[in-house]
Amino acid sequence: MKTKYMNPYLAGFLLGFVLLMAFYFSGRGLGASGAVKDVLVFSMDKVAPTHTAENHYFGKYVADGANPLNNWLVYEMLGVVLGGFISGAIAGRLKLRIEHFPGISANRRLVFALIGGVLFGFGSQLGRGCTSGSALTGMAVLSLGGFITMAAIFGTAFAAAYFFKKNWIG
Amino acid sequence: MGPLIPNEIIAGNWNFLIAFVIGIGFGFVLEQAGFSSSRKLAGMFYGYDTVVLKVFFTGAITAMLGLLFFSLFDWIDLSLVYVNPTFLWSAIIGGVIMGLGFITAGFCPGTSVCAAAIGKIDAMIFIVGIFLGIFIFGESFPLLQNLFVAGDMGSPKLNQVLGISGGVLALLVILAAAIMFWIGEWAERKFPREEY
Repeated sequence: MKTKYMNPYLAGFLLGFVLLMAFYFSGRGLGASGAVKDVLVFSMDKVAPTHTAENHYFGKYVADGANPLNNWLVYEMLGVVLGGFISGAIAGRLKLRIEHFPGISANRRLVFALIGGVLFGFGSQLGRGCTSGSALTGMAVLSLGGFITMAAIFGTAFAAAYFFKKNWIG
Repeated sequence: MGPLIPNEIIAGNWNFLIAFVIGIGFGFVLEQAGFSSSRKLAGMFYGYDTVVLKVFFTGAITAMLGLLFFSLFDWIDLSLVYVNPTFLWSAIIGGVIMGLGFITAGFCPGTSVCAAAIGKIDAMIFIVGIFLGIFIFGESFPLLQNLFVAGDMGSPKLNQVLGISGGVLALLVILAAAIMFWIGEWAERKFPREEY
């Protein structure tokens, strides 16, 4: 089937190459949720520095005056924003819109997007990384935890798909 | 020999610029693959679009083989490459919660940033949700601390656990992926879809 997107196997090869370059240059893989955490801790530190420093999870990122934004993942994610934007611009996909299955309302879509984000944010901290940092990168370095997290993410999404049918296929 | 920054072949102050350039490549490829569309991503779980399966596994296998080859050629010292640690219970439960998030929203964090970059408002709301979720985790950390560190196994590799070499594991992953790709191609013919 002809689509406006890149051939998925070619895109996968290029994704793997980018990941390999991250290993080759920086000795580490890709990630996403970690950068969100860094921005969150940075903001919390501005609003409530004492509370942030005393928090047992966030505190270590601001210990000894450290700036959580001085992190590899933050710069990588800035690149992701630019790279995604360039690709969208070339492909003519830049458009402010709410994308959803026509069978549901835009508001319903936004509510589920918010809930899903909360779940992913929470789960990524418990699982020490999200689909990029834990599953994809973890699998590439053959980490046992990477394979487990990958199987748990995709297995759960498959198992629960029936109950979310209305939102995607009606 | 790589990794170039940890081995000090390239000075450490280049690391963030390299991260930025790698990020550009990462974001560009994700968007080109169609990962900026939640409906394409969610198609994976209903069979009408298996782009997630194809891109994710082709990517993981490419990087996996790349590392094995680079190591074989002495281009990279694998002992300097970070291996994700395994905490059994948090890996499983965290993964289950992320899986629920995936089917609820049709995004994961990396893809949502890509989608937000091209103007998807639902992706921007998803990112607000990620902030909230991380905040809730951190604020309730005292309750979660035991679970977070339960089942600490160090940083084992799956092939060590199975008692096989990294190359044999990579071969098994390739064979598994080939079967899944075949099923995916079959499913896409069976379940009709529109382009979005």
